[in-house]
Amino acid sequence: MIDDRPHAVAWWLWALGLAVVAVKLSNPVPMVALGTVMFCVGYLRQSPAAWGRSLMLFVKIGAVVILVRLIFQMLFGERIPGHTLFAIPSVALPSWAAGVSIGGPVTAESLITAGIVGLKLALILLAFGAANAIASPRELLRSLPGVFNEIAVAISVGLCFLPELINAVQRVRSARKLRGRPTKGIAGFRGIVVPVLEEALEHSMELALSMGARGFGRTSSTPSRRRSALCGVSAILGVAALILGTYGLLSAGSSIPSPGVLCGVGAVFLSLGVVASGRRSVRTRYRPIPFGWRSMVCVVSGWLGLVGISILQSSSPDATSYAPYPLVWPTVSVAALACVALGLVALAVSPRPALRPSGRSKHMAEATSR
Amino acid sequence: MIRFTSTSFRYEAEKPWVLDGVDLVIEEGEFVVVVGPTGVGKSTFLKTLNGLVPTFSGGEYAGEVVVGGRSLSSNRPADMADLVGYVGQNPSASFVTERVEDELAYAMENLGLDPVTMRRRVEDALDVMSLHEIREAPLGELSGGQRQRVAIAAVLAAAPKILVLDEPTSALDPGAAEEVLSALTRLVHDVGLTVIVAEHRLERVLPFADQVIVLEHNGVIHVGPPASMMAHSPIAPPLVELGNLLGWEPLAMSVREARRRVGDVKVLLEDCELPTVRPVPEGSALTTSNLTLNYGEQRALKRVTLDFAPGTLYALLGRNGSGKTTLLNVMAGLLRPSHGTALLHGQPPFRMAPSDRIDLVGLVPQDPGDLLYAQEVGEECRTADREHHLEEGSTLEMVQKILGKIELTRHPNDLSEGQRLSLALAVVIAAKPKVLLLDEPTRGLDYCAKLSLIEQLHLLRSEGVCVVVATHDVEFVAQSADQAIVLSQGEVIAQGSAREVICHTPVFAPQVAKVFSPLDWLTVKEVMTALGGKR
Repeated sequence: MIDDRPHAVAWWLWALGLAVVAVKLSNPVPMVALGTVMFCVGYLRQSPAAWGRSLMLFVKIGAVVILVRLIFQMLFGERIPGHTLFAIPSVALPSWAAGVSIGGPVTAESLITAGIVGLKLALILLAFGAANAIASPRELLRSLPGVFNEIAVAISVGLCFLPELINAVQRVRSARKLRGRPTKGIAGFRGIVVPVLEEALEHSMELALSMGARGFGRTSSTPSRRRSALCGVSAILGVAALILGTYGLLSAGSSIPSPGVLCGVGAVFLSLGVVASGRRSVRTRYRPIPFGWRSMVCVVSGWLGLVGISILQSSSPDATSYAPYPLVWPTVSVAALACVALGLVALAVSPRPALRPSGRSKHMAEATSR
Repeated sequence: MIRFTSTSFRYEAEKPWVLDGVDLVIEEGEFVVVVGPTGVGKSTFLKTLNGLVPTFSGGEYAGEVVVGGRSLSSNRPADMADLVGYVGQNPSASFVTERVEDELAYAMENLGLDPVTMRRRVEDALDVMSLHEIREAPLGELSGGQRQRVAIAAVLAAAPKILVLDEPTSALDPGAAEEVLSALTRLVHDVGLTVIVAEHRLERVLPFADQVIVLEHNGVIHVGPPASMMAHSPIAPPLVELGNLLGWEPLAMSVREARRRVGDVKVLLEDCELPTVRPVPEGSALTTSNLTLNYGEQRALKRVTLDFAPGTLYALLGRNGSGKTTLLNVMAGLLRPSHGTALLHGQPPFRMAPSDRIDLVGLVPQDPGDLLYAQEVGEECRTADREHHLEEGSTLEMVQKILGKIELTRHPNDLSEGQRLSLALAVVIAAKPKVLLLDEPTRGLDYCAKLSLIEQLHLLRSEGVCVVVATHDVEFVAQSADQAIVLSQGEVIAQGSAREVICHTPVFAPQVAKVFSPLDWLTVKEVMTALGGKR
């Protein structure tokens, strides 16, 4: 049953594709459609385990991002001329603070522009929120090649730290209640933070110990330190070049020279590092999920839309981008909507997640743990 | 299999040695129990077996330890992982992954086993520790007992030759502890696994032991067969005390053996009167009626109707996850019941303001350290005085009454388990609550510390405090409780005088009761008093 699922990497690549689409778009119509696609797929395929419940959290964070962007625009934003909706009392600033303004007339144009930027950020968040809800980031980290093992472990330990922290806060809070002490306010905050951090530190020591005792960091033979260091450096350089190259490719007016070449060089360095280090690591993988045709379709479903949107961008720019000058309704393009809807194909190749595994409910565990 | 050659270790120079020139040999396929009072260095000793001490602890180290032909001075703990499996005291802190199955596979992934072997061994480990039903479950949602079993299975799956366990049954109910220990014994017998266990509840592990290692405070170690070692051990389970009382040579280590030798004493006891049950005083300190509590769809408590009288010590028994902690939390006002009521002096505790509530009810949680947050013991006592408007020094007096002399400048985290519990207890009872609730207080306590806890609780009882203790420790219940309540799946299934309840439930029966069954004697002390009158 597990093996029918697309690979975790496939889901994260799918999300990456949709996130790039979000970056490319500035027309609110396909943007909202994109958000709907992400939410639907995330909601219908979210994992029954604890991390799967995070989708709504990302939606909320997205909404907050948009709201904050709008408020900032109203208060401190650049005064874009246009149709004034209302005015906020403005504060006169000294001449050296030119370019910064506080208050003033708020125009429909400025709000729309700010809203679109906020929506773009929210969509990027939602893309990864959906991936996070479907495939645990840990599963993704576990699939990383051996050369990234140390980094992957560091991140996954960090990830496990967060729920542990929440748990600790709850325990300390109830302990404070038991002693009749405040759990709110500054005194309460200090009284909770110190013991929680102390405990967190102790916990990480114990975790390190347990990982050591269970063979973390074993190597088959003792390889020369220089060689393993070389592998690491090569892989990290490769990743850096890839990131820079991608940035260059995506952002229109960037100053990065020949981003395509950079990407290529990055890929070569990365694969060199991965292949060379793969030989020395002894780690194997338990029940790996194969990267089969379902996974391929899932990835393609995320990236095909991007291809379509890129083509549209040059053939009919209005379908993908929008600016409120003049203030008219954005274009509704069937082609753009179709491109965005391609993300839904991932639904067709992934099975519905199984019901909750038989464990006890979360609250129950919290109440009785320790 | 394991050889210590004049090994010494201490955490800091100038401090006393934890291990002092230890010479020791442990053969393959033995079940070894490490015995010693709290804070003597049992955990430290266990950690030297795969090099966690001194690799992770630092400290001064001399001599050599060779395990399975590998010297620990040239091998890191990670290099020993295929040979030695180590399960620490707090299993949830050791989890690296987030699902049961992945956790079981983690060590094998590090060892680089091929996927086919891995799959097979994971299935085996799931079977041995009966974890089949929860194989897909997230680790964060398991009960304490399940976590303990997962931690052991995770180590077993890597098929080590030596298994080192630090207090493996302290979080388990008697039934589950029995199950885990028999599973381990089976492995000792079938595949020649060497098992080394440190445990405070000796009554649970001694029947399985081939060898006993006794640790003393001066860093000296004695090894020998259980019967001869226990005769001189500073701490002993009831069965050993009984043997010493009756002058058995050699001592009986299992209930079965003891029952065979106890014949004439039993005849004597048949004519003796059982100690009278302490009458339950009038009045009520705390009542619950039809108390139900749901966590989402899960029902943690089902129509619990109980009446707790003042001046009585109640024991709350039941399997892991049967709702004991939940019930205590409701009574302490931390949780709000879904239906029904809990009334503390006529008021629902969850509605009271925390500062008023602590004058009526005090709860010492499973980890007593949670209650302590000052940096020094002295400061902790002074804050408690101030908060409860007591005369300066009264909490400290209480602490000293329980603990004896204690350095006031020590950090609560540096105290031993028993000391920390006593400090938390002192801080809670400083408010003079009418109801005192304790959750699993005997975890990590040796027999002496347990006795002084019992003394303290009985003193409070005589002052009219209603004491409720949720525990898995049946010997503790036998020695201390007046009344017992058994919970199962959130329902009260038995309640009555402690003698009646625990003697008639095989799982909860203490050793003495098992030996003299069907007579209802609970403790060695009772037997001693009764026989004293006869002779």
